[in-house]
Amino acid sequence: MEWDAPSVDTPRAGAEAACFHCGEPCRDGSHEAAGRAFCCAGCRTVFELLTENGLADFYEFGEVAGVKSQGAPPPGQFHFLDEPAVRRRVTQYTDDRLTRVQFRIPAIHCMACVWLLENLFRLQPGIGSSRVNFARKEVSIGFATAEVRLSEVAALLTSLGYEPDLNLADLDQAGPAPGARRLWLQMGVAGFAFGNIMLFSVSSYFGLDHFSGPHLKKLFGWISLLLSLPVIAYSAADYWRAAWVSLRQRRLTLDVPIALGMAAFLLRSAHAVIFEGADGYFDSLTGLIFFLLCGKWFQQKTFDRLVFDRDYKSFFPLSVTRRTGINEERAALSQLRIGDRIVLRHGELIPADATLADGAALIDYSFVTGESAPVEKQPGDYLYAGGRQVGGAMEILIVKQVSQSYLTSLWNQDAFRKRPRHSFATLTDRYSRRFTASILSIASGAAIYWAWRDPALAVPAFTAVLIVACPCALALAAPFGLGAAQRLLARRGVFLKDASALETLAAAGTIVFDKTGTLSAAGLGEVIFAGEPLTPDERSGLFALAGQSAHPIALAVRRFLKSSHSHGVSQFHEIPGSGIEGRVAGHWLRLGSASWLNLAAPRPGNAHLMIDGHYRGAFALACGVRPEIQPLLQRLARTHELALLSGDNENERERFAQLFPRGSEMRFNQSPLDKLHFIKERQAAGRTVIMVGDGLNDAGALKQSDAGVAVMEHINGFSPASDVILAASALPRLDETLRLARAAVRIVRVSFFISAAYNVVGVAIAARGLLAPVICAILMPLSSASVVAFACAATSLAAWRIAFGRERTAP
Amino acid sequence: MIILLFLIPLSIALAVVFLAAFIWAVRSGQYEDTSPPALRALLEEPNAAKAPRPIVQPPQP
Repeated sequence: MEWDAPSVDTPRAGAEAACFHCGEPCRDGSHEAAGRAFCCAGCRTVFELLTENGLADFYEFGEVAGVKSQGAPPPGQFHFLDEPAVRRRVTQYTDDRLTRVQFRIPAIHCMACVWLLENLFRLQPGIGSSRVNFARKEVSIGFATAEVRLSEVAALLTSLGYEPDLNLADLDQAGPAPGARRLWLQMGVAGFAFGNIMLFSVSSYFGLDHFSGPHLKKLFGWISLLLSLPVIAYSAADYWRAAWVSLRQRRLTLDVPIALGMAAFLLRSAHAVIFEGADGYFDSLTGLIFFLLCGKWFQQKTFDRLVFDRDYKSFFPLSVTRRTGINEERAALSQLRIGDRIVLRHGELIPADATLADGAALIDYSFVTGESAPVEKQPGDYLYAGGRQVGGAMEILIVKQVSQSYLTSLWNQDAFRKRPRHSFATLTDRYSRRFTASILSIASGAAIYWAWRDPALAVPAFTAVLIVACPCALALAAPFGLGAAQRLLARRGVFLKDASALETLAAAGTIVFDKTGTLSAAGLGEVIFAGEPLTPDERSGLFALAGQSAHPIALAVRRFLKSSHSHGVSQFHEIPGSGIEGRVAGHWLRLGSASWLNLAAPRPGNAHLMIDGHYRGAFALACGVRPEIQPLLQRLARTHELALLSGDNENERERFAQLFPRGSEMRFNQSPLDKLHFIKERQAAGRTVIMVGDGLNDAGALKQSDAGVAVMEHINGFSPASDVILAASALPRLDETLRLARAAVRIVRVSFFISAAYNVVGVAIAARGLLAPVICAILMPLSSASVVAFACAATSLAAWRIAFGRERTAP
Repeated sequence: MIILLFLIPLSIALAVVFLAAFIWAVRSGQYEDTSPPALRALLEEPNAAKAPRPIVQPPQP
């Protein structure tokens, strides 16, 4: 965080000021309140609302806390929430007095957000307590059913900048998973039993019989047996079930020897307690279960950090406004029929292929094509699903079913589903298959041998081998080692879907890059003005005019002009999809499309400028290459084969040929299917392919690739097909991610080797019938702990060395 | 050694109390999200006048 803490004593005003609320640069000083500058009316409104209600403390959290507000939502945007059917699905509880609702709010990012959302009751009478779950980015709000409508709650949140994330996928979820709670309880029970049994076992390690005679040991054995019963029945229940399932499916997974080892442990110990008057190995049994559950918890916690939603339903708005005659009604997406006329407002997505019926359409197809420059459409034009309206309101006619639309058909192609690669299993499963088989054969071999030589030793030897070889260290090595790498990567802005993605990254030989949105971004682009040069006065006038609009082109023009002068703008109009106009310092300025300005001949450029009726020139926006791309490509080229696939024309071939190392494959004018085929070709040549892309149109390629990497500007953004989400800021260090992945896989292999060495030693002793209970009890937790410690420490060390290497080689 | 017959049930009973407390804590949702509660303690105490006006006690869904 580079922002200074906004202090109440030093109002930040002036041209370079950052918005007091959200910290974004203020485009002009026209939004001011209480001597502070705001970037837009929405932020100012939030500020005023907060200060009026005594919530000014919000700004004292030390960071720029606010979320940029888009202003109050259009009336009626959330009315569908008041429909009984929708309302029932969204609310958790409702009666005639109180309603409780839980919203997912991706914008929650800091303590100030938590504080503000938990003080909602001070902003709207009728709202009671609200509680934020920071990790899940959810807020749970209780309000008086009679006083406040659900739509009002959603509208209040939206006006504060915390728009609830309402989509089909969320509603389809059956609520919070009870798994985490169950795991906590299992761990608690196992830890309780393990700790208490150890109290009794330690005394027998040091020769209890010696001092007290056999009775106490017998008693301790029985107490241990009783204490371990809930652990076996409850804490280990999932392992029994998994082993049972895998046996029924006739597959040897890692759960089989774990369950078999536990069963052997249990039977051997129970036999020892009941018939031999000894105390068994209940300390090891409960300890083993406890440590296994800890490993599982660690893994689950790592996964919880990654909110991945591969379901493309999340792309589409929950419901749309359907127009029937002169009435507007809210309809669920699934109720849409061909021929329906629906109304889309600013920021809404086109749910199905449609034709534009009425209104000004300015469609942002960045979800589909990765191109962020909005496209202007005329009534009658065909609109593709997945586009986002960025102009004003428009009406469209649905021409295809939602399920038949372009995106869905793209999505539903079998070729786009990621199938597991033949003979590819996760690292653990691959090892465990051999491991399980060999341990079972060694144990049986020892049993047969002893049955022949000394029948009394047959059963003890068999169980001892399984006990000592129980692959707990093996089971823990991969989740801990890969989990540690996943967490380290998440801290650097690289989010993996699962541990196997790490493996794939490590094995990759080819990296395919998409151009737009990946290597280049529109926000970084240069703006070129072609035409009669502007005087400083005209520049500052245009700067002020452009500041009235939130349109991407206006924003880019403003960045280009960088004036410090601020002018008042009068008679400002924004004609959505056409342009902006207004009077600044006595001049009539118009900036917009060629057709809107009635320019005769088609001219190049994205926005044309007229001052007092004279044509002055046009602004052209180009895509800029992200910083540090060239050194990244050079470094990657040493170890990987690189390729560039772009949906654009060859205009920029020259520029990218300089960036890419010689001999890299570069293809332009690629359709999504072309990209898919290219990746298939490389895979057919035996290479593991990483696709680095962005946009829904890459979804096919992302899915086809062995590891799809989606480059996102905002982590909360959606990525349907990817295995890895990469923050755009982390892209220049992609090579380090790959190196860390390789290191992590290597470390897990070494961990496997270490635990295998433990097992070989243990099995060798056990198979000879020489196993003492003390050795068994000490060796097992020790081997697990040492392997886990090694895996975590080595991964952290590898990450540190990679980061250190970067600092050392940096100029 | 007879003292053990008293001390062992006592120690186990004590541990069972802690286990019960843990189970209650998990069931009442205290382990659902662990980061804001830790930070919430650092926030200034809202004075009584500012506390949420109770509508009705939210029933457990």
